[in-house]
Amino acid sequence: MTTTLDAIAGTAAARAILAGRPRPARPGTLSVALAFGGRALRKIRRTPVQLFDVVVHPVVFTLMFTYLFGGAIGGSTGRYLGYLVPGILVMTLLVTTGTTGAALSIDLASGVFDRFRTLSIRPAAVLVGALLGDVVRYALASAVVVGLGLALGFRPHGNVPGVVAAVLLVVAFGISLSWVWTALAMVMRSPGAVLGVTQAVLYPLSFFSNIFVIPATLPGWLRAVVNANPVTHLVTAVRGLMSGTAPGGQVAWILLACALLTAVFAPLSLRLFRTR
Amino acid sequence: MTRSSALAVEASGLVKAFAATVAVHGIDLSVPAGSVYGFLGPNGAGKTTTIRMLATLLRPDAGTARVFGHDVVRDAAAVRDRISLTGQYASLDDGLTGRENLALLGRLHGHSRAGAASRAGELLDAFGLTDAADRLVKTYSGGMRRRLDIAAGLIVTPDLLFLDEPTTGLDPRSRNEVWAIIRVMAAEGTTVLLTTQYLDEADQLADRIAVIDRGTLVAEGTSSQLKASVGGGALHVRLNDPHDRPAATRVLAQALGGAVTADADPAALSARVPAAGPAAGETVARALSDLARAQIAATEFALGQPSLDEVFLALTGRPPAERSPEEKAE
Ligand SMILES: Nc1ncnc2c1ncn2[C@@H]1O[C@H](COP(=O)(O)OP(=O)(O)OP(=O)(O)O)[C@@H](O)[C@H]1O
Ligand SMILES: [Mg+2]
Repeated sequence: MTTTLDAIAGTAAARAILAGRPRPARPGTLSVALAFGGRALRKIRRTPVQLFDVVVHPVVFTLMFTYLFGGAIGGSTGRYLGYLVPGILVMTLLVTTGTTGAALSIDLASGVFDRFRTLSIRPAAVLVGALLGDVVRYALASAVVVGLGLALGFRPHGNVPGVVAAVLLVVAFGISLSWVWTALAMVMRSPGAVLGVTQAVLYPLSFFSNIFVIPATLPGWLRAVVNANPVTHLVTAVRGLMSGTAPGGQVAWILLACALLTAVFAPLSLRLFRTR
Repeated sequence: MTRSSALAVEASGLVKAFAATVAVHGIDLSVPAGSVYGFLGPNGAGKTTTIRMLATLLRPDAGTARVFGHDVVRDAAAVRDRISLTGQYASLDDGLTGRENLALLGRLHGHSRAGAASRAGELLDAFGLTDAADRLVKTYSGGMRRRLDIAAGLIVTPDLLFLDEPTTGLDPRSRNEVWAIIRVMAAEGTTVLLTTQYLDEADQLADRIAVIDRGTLVAEGTSSQLKASVGGGALHVRLNDPHDRPAATRVLAQALGGAVTADADPAALSARVPAAGPAAGETVARALSDLARAQIAATEFALGQPSLDEVFLALTGRPPAERSPEEKAE
């Protein structure tokens, strides 16, 4: 070990370490975002356990529904997979956004964000940077769902472009929805509570949608609920893209929803973050 | 707009309330640039809240504050360019190593990847953390954490450094290291604003001290000004037998007619001497002979300025926080 500061206090060496040398220029938004992305990746690499939800969740749900109910609901396993994989993709992404909110709430409570907030970087860059790590999780979750589906016999007619477009749409929706949980994390101080709220919202939204069932087979009142559920519209658009039927209108509606969620909740989160 | 100011901080009428609690209740401050300034106060006094307002983390409900002439609300970005804060609770990322923490902050300060890495290495070295540099921070001891936290505030040398209770929970050796760092920073021209519950720390480090209690500033000045403001002096007595202390307390209280406080040393006590001046000597002599008449043997006695402890008691009506014995032991 070399000489520590208290041993060299008052010397030229101490001065060299502490004296005001020129301060680097403020970093650009991109390098800030990349620095935060790197932080998230490091943590993912170091504790792969936190990827449990994005890997195990889709595997369990896909296998369970394909082999337990596939025959009963969709006729054959192969046909049902074409129906199920887009749905599982949406559900996995939705549930993963909840983890984003909880993780942010842990970060906020840990004090490390206080330090970020005293730096001369835009508060927006802090939040966007935090989200960047989550995009990696979303991408990984998508890869798991699609990969597993393909392995089980899922053959989308939309081919690669259709599947890529579908994944991009779901990830875009996931990012937009994350802003809601980001705002929630600013208001609710406990990570557990944030996670609880997100699950209480996301699971019913997933089950009362067309992810697992065909609405036409449901009783009238339930069908009305399912058809009014925004998740149903997202799933329909994703199915359309994967099966190559380019559902332009549906996709446009989803993109509009993304824009609305972001336009309301991103500035709100930022405001709450600034005045916390 | 840009006015060169000899004041690092000037605040007037700062107020901050949380729900039912008024944490800060109208605080005025002037911190000269280049000094070490101490906020001294008991738990819940409002020290952290005040610092967080000055460091742009909390918006004041009322009042204004300027840091080097920049308003902390309207011109927060300019303030952030000049300050750094090491908060009361570690503002580190537990899931990263010490080196990664510093390198990330280096990048966020605008250093290149290589520049950030070399600055991180330099600070780890200076703070004696090289051996632990590549371990996760969650495995660090309290003292290592504190040192890393302070290092994290020095990635870019700030003009104003806020340190919120920098030595709480540290053993004497780590505390001395932190004190040394603070002295070096101050010698190199950084203004340091620190909070503490410990009088010895304020006495040792701070050029000026603000005593804060229940959200208000109850006194401000140099350590000797604060001591003088209480008036009178103090008689410090060390007894042969600690068991005599209760009896000695009674005798001295009667003879001097003022407050008698027990010191940390079980055999020692201090009594206020009410009137300074020629009469004081006579009063003290009478008090000591009263002790002798009560068969209480004193091994040492001294007449001196009041201690900061007494100042604190006089100002706030409460004794200050005590360091736990192992913290106090040198
Ligand atoms: N975020 C908050 N929400 C509610 N009350 C708060 C909050 N922060 C501080 N307080 C209250 O404000 C008062 C002042 O707190 P503050 O943390 O500023 O004191 P302090 O002097 O730093 O104390 P300590 O020495 O214990 O750190 C306390 O009564 C505290 O309970
Ligand atoms: Mg505090």
